[in-house]
Amino acid sequence: MNRPPFTPDLLRLDCRRETERIGAVLQEQILRGFRRKGAVVALSGGIDSSVVGALAVKALGKERVLGLLMPERDSSADTLTLSRQLADHLGIQTVYEDITGILESLGCYQRRDDAIRLVVPEYGPGWKSKIVLPGVLEEDQFRLFSVVVQSPAGETRKVQLTLDAYLGIVAASNFKQRTRKMLEYYHADRLHFVVAGTPNRLEYDQGFFVKLGDGAADIKPIAHLYKSQVYQLAEHLQLPEAICHRSPTTDTYSLPQSQEEFYFSVPYQKMDLILFGVNHGYSAAEVAPAVGLTVDQVNRVFRDIEAKRRVARYLHASPVLVEPLHTALAT
Amino acid sequence: MTNDTPTELELSIKEFISKSLLFSETFPYDNDASFLAEGIIDSMGVMELVAFVGQTFQIQVPPEDITPANFDSVSKLAAYIRKRRAL
Repeated sequence: MNRPPFTPDLLRLDCRRETERIGAVLQEQILRGFRRKGAVVALSGGIDSSVVGALAVKALGKERVLGLLMPERDSSADTLTLSRQLADHLGIQTVYEDITGILESLGCYQRRDDAIRLVVPEYGPGWKSKIVLPGVLEEDQFRLFSVVVQSPAGETRKVQLTLDAYLGIVAASNFKQRTRKMLEYYHADRLHFVVAGTPNRLEYDQGFFVKLGDGAADIKPIAHLYKSQVYQLAEHLQLPEAICHRSPTTDTYSLPQSQEEFYFSVPYQKMDLILFGVNHGYSAAEVAPAVGLTVDQVNRVFRDIEAKRRVARYLHASPVLVEPLHTALAT
Repeated sequence: MTNDTPTELELSIKEFISKSLLFSETFPYDNDASFLAEGIIDSMGVMELVAFVGQTFQIQVPPEDITPANFDSVSKLAAYIRKRRAL
């Protein structure tokens, strides 16, 4: 097969051209396709939402972009600071919605803590937690979720989750993404805007999103871009340094949690390349030297990608009809 | 169904996986097929399998035992259950 050798340069983006291409799609789809007047972007202070915000401003103009700031009790301190910094940088209007009260009313924290207590009975007020997965590189193993808890005295320990506890924690935590999406659509409706989603290609492909939560949107401007390409765009768009160099985080649990701990098996720089390899038919032997892993390790990540794609099918699926609607209407 | 004669134990495991994890009437793999390599069950399935072992055979499975050596095929799981019940 005639294809270029596998190197990190394969992910190099023509940022000027890509910005123009995305901008043209945003203009066409939002203004002429959906006939909406602008876009709502939920800002997290992370690279993805910042780049989506900047692309929307470039395509639509700053008066047609609304930034939403929606922290909650467990959000990290710099989430709000960086989101505000980005909004100031772009010159866009923002709305601040602290969603802690809504989440309390829904019983989000209570339900989550009840689920944690299934495996850590003493878990209570003042404790912090996060969910973690073991790495995939060391050996073939089952990747079972554990909860890391920190007592008010600062002692931490890791406890493997039972199925009930895991599902309970995730179901309760998903209130956060779904509450944010509800507010995004509230503001989009009142302004006659669309909701712009912020997943990058890793998240979209591997199902790293909450169905009808952060997975819901009218347009997803960077879902075709690998994470490192999103960073390239951030530099090109001259976003604030602190945002360009912030490590990816889930910002969902009360203890700091990296995306590798919770979902992706390797850091995004390697994951980008391995996923690119999968998508373009490169073998593990070709990919391994470029990512500094052994062939066996890359093969494990290949299998992990396939496993996640199987799970992601449900997340991406639209509601299933018994038969195509045009047929039903015709009869 | 907790009878642990060789065939019945394996059958019991296969029946659980077929009905609860594969949603199928049959288990179309041999007893040594790797759950991991064949993609027969995912991490969630392993957690269900651990709960099944605990409830059906009254075996408390410690986290360090949830390894491919013990849980990655019908044969391996059957061997693990026999070993634990013999203790």
